[in-house]
Formats: sequence, C-alpha cells, structure tokens
Amino acid sequence: MSENSKFTARNLNLYYGDFHALKNINFEIEANKITALIGPSGCGKSTFLKTLNRMNDFVEGCKIEGDVLLDGKDIYKTDMSAIELRQRVGMVFQQPNPFPKSIYENVAYGPRIRGIKKKSELDEIVETSLREVGIWDEFKDRLHKSALGLSGGQQQRLCIARTVAVHPEVVLMDEPTSALDPISTMKIEDLAVEMKKKYTIVIVTHNMQQANRISDTTAFFLLGELIETGATKDLFLNPKNKKTEEYITGRFG
Amino acid sequence: MYSRGKEKTWKFFVMFCGLLMIALPIAIGVFLAIKGNALFYHYHHTLWEFLFTTTWKLKDDLTGGGQGGAAVFIVGSLIVCGLALLIAVPFSLAAAIFMTEIAPKTGNRILRPAVEIFVGIPSVVYGWIGMTVLVPALQSLFHLKTGRSVLAGGIVLAIMIFPSITTVAADAIRAVPVSARMAAYGLGATRWQVIHQIVMPAAKTSVLTGVILGLARAFGEALAVAMVIGKTPAFPKGIFGQTATMTTVIASRMAELMEGSEAKAGLWTIAFVLYLISLLFIFLIHLIAAKGAKKES
Ligand SMILES: Nc1ncnc2c1ncn2[C@@H]1O[C@H](COP(=O)(O)OP(=O)(O)OP(=O)(O)O)[C@@H](O)[C@H]1O
Ligand SMILES: [Mg+2]
Repeated sequence: MSENSKFTARNLNLYYGDFHALKNINFEIEANKITALIGPSGCGKSTFLKTLNRMNDFVEGCKIEGDVLLDGKDIYKTDMSAIELRQRVGMVFQQPNPFPKSIYENVAYGPRIRGIKKKSELDEIVETSLREVGIWDEFKDRLHKSALGLSGGQQQRLCIARTVAVHPEVVLMDEPTSALDPISTMKIEDLAVEMKKKYTIVIVTHNMQQANRISDTTAFFLLGELIETGATKDLFLNPKNKKTEEYITGRFG
Repeated sequence: MYSRGKEKTWKFFVMFCGLLMIALPIAIGVFLAIKGNALFYHYHHTLWEFLFTTTWKLKDDLTGGGQGGAAVFIVGSLIVCGLALLIAVPFSLAAAIFMTEIAPKTGNRILRPAVEIFVGIPSVVYGWIGMTVLVPALQSLFHLKTGRSVLAGGIVLAIMIFPSITTVAADAIRAVPVSARMAAYGLGATRWQVIHQIVMPAAKTSVLTGVILGLARAFGEALAVAMVIGKTPAFPKGIFGQTATMTTVIASRMAELMEGSEAKAGLWTIAFVLYLISLLFIFLIHLIAAKGAKKES
C-alpha cells in the first residue's frame, strides 16, 4: 500500500447472487487525485464504485469478498458503520437527484442529519457549499425555490454542492455528465479538477475525452476484471494491454 | 372487421357513459336538494334550527310542526369519524411504511394482498363482528352497562377504513423515486431518517388524499356503525356513551316514515348535508393535489 493511497481494494470479488460481477480486483486509489473508471457497459464500473461507499448494501443477494480499505481500515470489517462511511465518502449519481425540497434544504440536508440545527450555521454552510461549486451567484436569490425547477446541469451542480456540504473526504461520481449538455458537462469537469485539491475523486465515465481531460489515473474494466490501470496520459498514449488499446481507440467489438 | 359504423357506435357509447358520469351525480344532488328543501320551504323550519338545535322530533304526517334540530347527528358523525381517523391513521401509516420500506418482500407477497382482501369485505360483516365480538369485549373490559358506544363505532369504522388508507399510503410511498432515497443514503442518512425526512414528506400529498378518502368512507358508512353505536339521539357522554350519526338516523328511520311527511323531509335534508360533505371532501382532495403540484414546480 502506497503512502498516498486513499482506497485500497485487495482481492475484491463481488457476486450478485450467482453472477460474478467483480473478479479479483486489486487497485489503489490515490488521495487528491481524480481516478477515472472506464470500460464498456456492464463491465462493473458502477458496481466497483458502489463498493467504495457500501451502496451495494441495498442490493439483495450482493456478496462481497476480499478487502476494501479506506485509509488502511477495512470498511466492511471494522466497526465503522455504513452511515459513518457514507459521511466520509459522498456520491453524485448519474441522474441528478435533488430532493423535492428547496435549493437551501437540499444543501442543508446533510449538515442537518449530522445534528447541525442553528440557522446561522446552516446558512453559512449553504453559502460556502454553493460558492465552492460556483453556483452561489446563480442561486442566491432563489434559495427557497424548489430544486426541481432547475435545469439538469444546475441540478447536478446542486447535487455536488449537497455532497460537499458535509465535508466528505472522497467524492464518487457515477457518469455525472451523461445526462447533461456540453456546456454543463464542461462546467462539471472544471469543477471536478478544482475539487481535487480538497477531495479524492473517483469518476465513472463513458467519455474517453473526459477521462483524458480531467483524470490523473485511469482504470479500464472489462467483464468484471480490472484489465489495466495507470497514469491517464500513459494509459491513453501507450496502453499495455491489447484490449485497453482496442477499447480506447474505439475498435472494440 | 373494422368499420366506420362500428366506430361511430363506440364513440357514441363512450360519450354517453362520460356524460352519464357527469350527469348522474349532479342529478342526485339536485334531487336531494329539492327533497331536502321541503323541510325549510314546506315545513318552515330554519337552517339555524336544523344545524344548531338538538331536538329531533319531526312529525310523520303532512301537517308538520315538530322540532328539527340535527345537531346531535352532525356532531355524532364528526366525533365517530374523527375517532376512527385518530385510530386508523397511525396504524395505516405504520403498516404502509412497514410493507414498503421495512419488509417490501413480505409486504408485496403477503401484506398487500391481505389488505386488499380487507377492502372487499362488506360493511355488514364488519358491523356484525363488531356487534358480537367488540361490543361484549368493551362491555366486560370497561365494566359498562353496554358496549354499544361511540368507541365501538370508532373502532369498527377505523378497521373499515384502515385498508383503504393503507393501500393509498403504500402506493404513495412506493411512488417516491428510489433516486431520492439513494441520495439521502449517500449522504449518510439512516433508514429512519430517509423514511421520515425524505419519503414521507414526498408522499405527503397522496397520503393525505388517502386519509380524506378514508374519512369520506367513514362519513358515508351507516350500517356497521348503526349496529354498534346504539340509537340514543343525544350527545354522547364520553367515548363510552351512545349517540346517533347522520347515516345511522337515516338508515334506521327511512323505511318506517311516510313519503312527503315532515319527518321524511328531515331525513332528506340530512342526506343532502351528507352529499354536500362528500363534495367538500372531493374539493379538499383537489385543493391538496393542486397545492402539491404547485410546490413541485
Ligand atoms: N442489482 C443487480 N443485480 C444483479 N446484477 C446486477 C445488478 N447491478 C448490476 N448487475 C450486473 O453487474 C454487471 C455490472 O454492472 P454495472 O452496473 O456495475 O456496470 P457498469 O460498468 O456500470 O455499466 P454501465 O456503463 O452500463 O453503467 C452487469 O452485468 C449488470 O447486469
Ligand atoms: Mg454504471
């Protein structure tokens, strides 16, 4: 385990019932870097991402073997609860999923469930979180309007603000821009790059250019296996594995 | 074979049914209004007397001159239905949450069909069981002269409306998108927090609609209540007291009274009030839905 690793997966196997969805994954995710997970549909990117904050707990018949360490502690075997874990490892989903509440309440929700009740304190968290994702000026005059009235791109950035409002250490993003237009996508990419100063980011993407543009490390999954990992520049310039090369050059069958 | 003539017939039939659906309730309303108005126009009672006085002694003849105070029945209905709601709503919500959020598998396989069977049981069965099981049980449990009481009526009504409120509430909870729950779990919320802060608020409008539908059913139920509440036309003395409701007085007297008499006119007036109350419930449901929709956007 290297000095700087945030997450370490060791001999990780995951089964959905009889289906072997992750096959013996060994992988380190470095702190304060953007790690991109790429691979064809159904190869297990989302599944792997969800093992990092135990969202797989909700899937019936999901069985996990091996170790997943966060700062050297096994998140499945220590006494850290899934609740505690998810406070440290936040998640942004593919479809923007704001609560059917106001913009303010969306951002304040996480702090509230951690017991912060004082209005002034919440006000401040809402402001800093919205500023952090660069939407304070856009939203400050309609904080108490429903979040459901926002555009998809605005909703997604609000969801990121909601995630950072609880000061996680890691932010997981599962294809956060796949439902968005190019301009919103660019904004979120810039934001992710900005965010890595504070957070470790793991992002699933189908978009090679996106992985290439923003990530430091890329991991290529295929049929539940981790085929190749490496510095993004290297992996895209000279992939070691033939399958990786086929995939990133679009010659994948 | 497809033919133009056939299509026309169908179109006519569908339109006819649609118009009937609009016309029938209006016609019933007009009918009740005319019948019920006799008490005021023909027999010269005042609305004030009807709503706010308590002596219901109308004459079963065409000369009239009796007393037509329906306050006891109106209050009786309100109390019994309020009590039913008070009992049923907590159980319904708990059951709905249990079968959707806590044990969705058992919920869908066993509880849901079980609850749906409940909905279909005719009210006379509820009333009968209430009479033979609940009334004696209350009597011995609380050492009463008789178990027939407001409480018995409330419990029977609560059992009757429990399944429909539960079904509507469970559907409403199920309709809350999984993505909203996942968002909350992703922030480190506990299951209870997700239910209480995300799911229930999102389902609130529909749940409220279910509660009002339950209340409407409770208001309209006559038979089962009449069987367990007694027949005393006076304000109840506590929840163990007896009283009468709008529906029970209609059900128990309608057959014996002469058509066109003052007493019969009084019953029609009560029926008209019940009709107005059901309109009010419908209006409330739409108001809530409209408010809910406005909040979303
Ligand atoms: N809840 C589940 N139950 C059973 N099988 C599942 C479940 N979720 C995913 N799978 C299977 O596991 C495999 C990996 O799924 P996963 O969602 O991780 O793929 P992915 O790489 O994220 O694909 P995509 O790019 O389409 O999102 C797929 O074959 C999928 O069918
Ligand atoms: Mg996926």
